[in-house]
Amino acid sequence: MLELAGVETFYGSIQALFGMTLRAEEGKVTTLIGRNGMGKTTTVGSILGIVPCRSGQITFLGDRIDGKPAYQVAQHGIGLVPEGRQVFPNLSVRENLMATATNFAGLDDPWTLDRMLDFFPALKERLGNMGSQLSGGEQQMLSIGRALMLNPLLLILDEATEGLAPLIRREIWKRLDLLKQSGLTILLIDKNIEELNRIADHHHIIEKGRVVWSGSPAELQANPGLKMQYLGI
Amino acid sequence: MDWNLLLTQFMNGLQLGLLLFLLASGLTLIFGIMDFINLSHGSFYMLGAYFCGSVVARGGSFLTGILVALVGAFIIGAIVEWVIARRLYREDHLDHVLVTFGLILIFDTLVHIIWGPAGMAIPLPDFLNGQITLGTLVLPIYRLVIILGGLLVAGILSIMVTRSRLGMLIRAGASNRTMVEALGVNIHRLFLVVFAIGAAMSAFAGMLIAPITEASIGMGNEIIIIAFVVVIVGGIGSIKGAFYAAIIIGLMDTLGRSYLDDLLKVFMSVHHAETAAPALSSMLVYILMAVVLAFRPQGLFPPAGAR
Repeated sequence: MLELAGVETFYGSIQALFGMTLRAEEGKVTTLIGRNGMGKTTTVGSILGIVPCRSGQITFLGDRIDGKPAYQVAQHGIGLVPEGRQVFPNLSVRENLMATATNFAGLDDPWTLDRMLDFFPALKERLGNMGSQLSGGEQQMLSIGRALMLNPLLLILDEATEGLAPLIRREIWKRLDLLKQSGLTILLIDKNIEELNRIADHHHIIEKGRVVWSGSPAELQANPGLKMQYLGI
Repeated sequence: MDWNLLLTQFMNGLQLGLLLFLLASGLTLIFGIMDFINLSHGSFYMLGAYFCGSVVARGGSFLTGILVALVGAFIIGAIVEWVIARRLYREDHLDHVLVTFGLILIFDTLVHIIWGPAGMAIPLPDFLNGQITLGTLVLPIYRLVIILGGLLVAGILSIMVTRSRLGMLIRAGASNRTMVEALGVNIHRLFLVVFAIGAAMSAFAGMLIAPITEASIGMGNEIIIIAFVVVIVGGIGSIKGAFYAAIIIGLMDTLGRSYLDDLLKVFMSVHHAETAAPALSSMLVYILMAVVLAFRPQGLFPPAGAR
């Protein structure tokens, strides 16, 4: 569904991605794992066109999306849950969900506000609160909800559970399981390898701006040296 | 104390405040969301007056004039954004200032070429020209129209910003532009619409005041400076802040000019008070801005969550 081939991205004159090549299959959960500063978020930024890549190709459902502005990339059917959640602090929860809600891909059974509030009941009581008044966990649910309200074909989560309390994490993982079961394609970044192994179909380990290993959760489990070398665990 | 005079001055202050709000609300959105300094915002104020005046001079009604001026300013605003401003958002503020100052010169010269160097008087229709007498009080109807018109637009704008989807996107764009784009919104189109609405509101202010002052070249250049003061005092990007700051500054400027000498006479000699008051009253709004910047640099009502 999504394919990156030889993507190179720079911040000014500093190169961050060195030939990033990876793919996310339709209906599967694909992960990017690796230590901080290795290029995971830059990869996401390059896919979305927020940090445009300088060379290489990015295709989504067969269409070239590299070089397109972020809004056009999103309109292809990609929903982003960004690092740091980035809910709109000066919009209410309802407005955060509704401001950009749409159905670009023309899905038959689109998300609605009501469905979203059933999916994340915690947001129901907070509907009139400002984004800035929410707890970290509520913000993450809102950020995921906001992305889902675009009715995307691919959901990208950059740090799905970072900085959240264990109980909230469990809640988020449960929701992601449900999304996977619904057939949504997910590109997932997180540090919790155990949970990732449970939900993922395919891992990519990223080191210094490129993929240094990829394989199934079982293969990762069978190779403890990898975790030691690239993930520091 | 002459209460009639005080009330008249109060109405004048309110009127100036609302005109300032019509200018500053567009300015604060353009500054707050696009981070763009538009000195030529006052040119739309002038164009509004001339457009309206031309329609009236050709025998059209004042209301037709308002409509034509609003649409005309909206279109010209959109063209300026499309052709010029759009290329400058990523550039330095100094570039904004230089280019939009150039735009002022271009617009002033165009008006000179099209309408000539003399100002253009805009006669009011009879039904707006009268006066209302309340007891001993005499109020010109048109002043009330300006005040009500300003309040009406302020109300519509406030509903638009707080209730509509466009308003949500405008507020979201003011706090996190990148994220709005990443969620599939064409931010360029959003900017174009905001810029054009701002231009139309500036034009509305210009045509409201023109029947009193007449339309003249450069009429927007003085008020735009005070409108920037309003934006800073109110908090950049905040419509609510622009509203309160505009009213405060409108009243302060008008009442300062008429009553500051009386106030100063309380604690200094008549001679000194009469010398100091005119100088001080024209500085009053800038003193207010300096105080606000010193103690509350984000402005009186900064937009929630702005960074």
